[in-house]
Amino acid sequence: MPTKPESPDLSQEDAGPGDDVPPGPVIETDGLEVHYRLQGGALARVLGLRTRTVKALDGVTVQLHRGEVLGVVGESGSGKTTLGRALLGLAPSTQGSITYRGRDGERLVSHMKGAELRRLRTDVQMVFQDPSAALNPSMTIEQAVGHPLVVHKIARGAELRRRVHEALERVGLAPVERFASKYPSDLSGGQKQRAVIARAIILDPEVLVADEPISMLDMSVRAKILQLMLDLKRDLGLSYVYITHDLASAKYFCDRIAIMYLGRVVEIGPTEEIFANPRHPYTKALLKAIPDPDPERMLPRDLPRGEIPDAAEPPLGCSFHPRCPEAVAACGWESRDLRVVLDQHWTERGADFDTERRLVGDLDHLDAPSKRATLGKGDPAAVLALMEGVRAENPDEPLWNGVRSMESDGSKVVVEFEEGVDPALRRAGGVDVACVLYPDGAGSDTAASD
Amino acid sequence: MRAPRFVSTIWNTKGMARWILLVGVLITAVFLLFALCAPWIAPYDFNQTKVDGVKFPKLASPSGDHWLGTNDQFYDIYSRVVWGARTAVLVVLLSIVLSAIVGVLLGLVSGYVGGWFDRITLFLMDALYSFPSLLLAIVFSFMLRERIGGGIVAAALSLTAIYIPQYYRVVRNTTVAAREATYVEAAKAIGAKPATIMRKYLFGNVVQSVPVIGTLNAADALGTLAALGFLGLGIAPNEASDWGYDLSRALDDVSAGNFAPALWPGLAIILLVTGLTLVGEGLNETLNPALRRRRLQKVTLPPRDTTDPEVVR
Repeated sequence: MPTKPESPDLSQEDAGPGDDVPPGPVIETDGLEVHYRLQGGALARVLGLRTRTVKALDGVTVQLHRGEVLGVVGESGSGKTTLGRALLGLAPSTQGSITYRGRDGERLVSHMKGAELRRLRTDVQMVFQDPSAALNPSMTIEQAVGHPLVVHKIARGAELRRRVHEALERVGLAPVERFASKYPSDLSGGQKQRAVIARAIILDPEVLVADEPISMLDMSVRAKILQLMLDLKRDLGLSYVYITHDLASAKYFCDRIAIMYLGRVVEIGPTEEIFANPRHPYTKALLKAIPDPDPERMLPRDLPRGEIPDAAEPPLGCSFHPRCPEAVAACGWESRDLRVVLDQHWTERGADFDTERRLVGDLDHLDAPSKRATLGKGDPAAVLALMEGVRAENPDEPLWNGVRSMESDGSKVVVEFEEGVDPALRRAGGVDVACVLYPDGAGSDTAASD
Repeated sequence: MRAPRFVSTIWNTKGMARWILLVGVLITAVFLLFALCAPWIAPYDFNQTKVDGVKFPKLASPSGDHWLGTNDQFYDIYSRVVWGARTAVLVVLLSIVLSAIVGVLLGLVSGYVGGWFDRITLFLMDALYSFPSLLLAIVFSFMLRERIGGGIVAAALSLTAIYIPQYYRVVRNTTVAAREATYVEAAKAIGAKPATIMRKYLFGNVVQSVPVIGTLNAADALGTLAALGFLGLGIAPNEASDWGYDLSRALDDVSAGNFAPALWPGLAIILLVTGLTLVGEGLNETLNPALRRRRLQKVTLPPRDTTDPEVVR
């Protein structure tokens, strides 16, 4: 099997279904964007006011090589499910491209429509998160598993039955007679997920997108389902995109891992490298979040603070900077971060809240992202003193790295922030990482790592 | 092959719902029997006024020849009531089936496709729904009378128009909810066409409340049909026997003290409406999970047999 020259480390699996497959990654996205227009309130719609856009995917470039398992890991809202849906053409891409190289040559998924897109589904299939919801409650298992063949007019009658039984046996739903005539509500979660997998493999696809296939299952069956998927990969020559928030299962299952945050890939590389030497602060935080059975090692975890930001208005610069423990001046600090720090100050030391609040005035204008924040209602000198006090309270707060100047302009206090950089994916050691701590050329593993 | 689940649900109904359903089914069954076997049950034809060339008496009292007497048009009241059942059942069935088909189809497509088609259809249906149904039926029967006459089909069609919005509304709303379900996304993922998704994945999951609406509407449709007949806009007297029409003819006789011509068609209307309502309510009580109470059944264990050596030990 021809292997893509620039990825020799991925040729360990010779699982291609035949010799007629074109070289190169089986699926490749290039600067893929999926943006959703928000509807806004009723008034905004009537008046035709500007509508906000959620950037579910914001320039994702990944390759899935033949026979590999690519893990896509991230928190809820990071866009990993959207990426999976986009690969099947279920989520319309607004920008960029998805290329699928299958048995019949190279095809652009992102430009497909209607019948062409439906035909693609014989090659790229999906396994869903919730097996109870992914099966039509009014179809028997036999009907549900066989329906893809009916839809694509591949088999019918006895042939259909034979192939359905073969697929059910393959996923371990045997004896088939016991399961074929059952309705989904009669089966357990693990059995339903097996049926969903049977439905996905019955078309003999090349790529399976598995969207958190085990997260809704009992602990006892998770490993079995993963093992089943590995067996199927070996027997059928599949390639997987494995979407999960669970790094522990990704470590067991994946050849390469892409860490996603707010619609972007922030770090991508071989699984061993990601686990042995995580570079992006977000990756480090995710790794620390894996439960550890060692009773000695309880704290500190320093998990990322706060929640994942609003994807409609992502932070300026690197979108992880507000939660990043290692953030530096160039990360893109802005007015919204200042508000968080002030709110934090009042949450922890709220004794003088009323007087301080009167001094600082209304903070709502800080919510509009800006590199320059003005605040203060009272005496600017007092406000400045207050701000300095807040800084002195917690000088390690990364925000202060990004404050270029903080001075009074006579009536108000003006806070100027450093220019930020929106880091692109760059080579660092064995992985690609999007972080200002790893600028171009800083390939060595020791650069700026802790 | 197993029977659909709702059959066993209905069969296992308990308590009040069971009685409501049973009484309703019994009453309705009697009228269905009338409708099916009218030629054998009724001694005369619905528009027969003479036998062997001898004209029936007008407004005769009950007798051996005319069990319930005759009315002012020389018709045999008993025969008219029996044949009326056939008319009522035909019209109601036809209108319910037609409006269910149109309403379910429109609702399914509108809910799944969405967009402008959905908006416009929804607007039209809401407009239809906001009219008083009798008024709408009168308008439609006026319009249809000119084109296809005053027969059973015309009456059924004018009733169809007023019931479509109910099916549409229910099916459309369930479809909008079901459209976002993962199994619909899964159907897209296996490459099913929209038509296939609607037929195989949505239809079976959104029509569950349709039988209940159907039976409840049947009672309502019967009332509307009687009202149309009473107003002289229903079925022409020479086309079929119509209880509502007979009732309106009998009004003068009632003021003259002769109740029989009004009593029997009126009673038939009331009984069949009651029967159909009971069936509808019974089904609703049984099939609608929001109303259904899962009663705990008392478990009685057989008394312990203390003489049994196995147990004593």
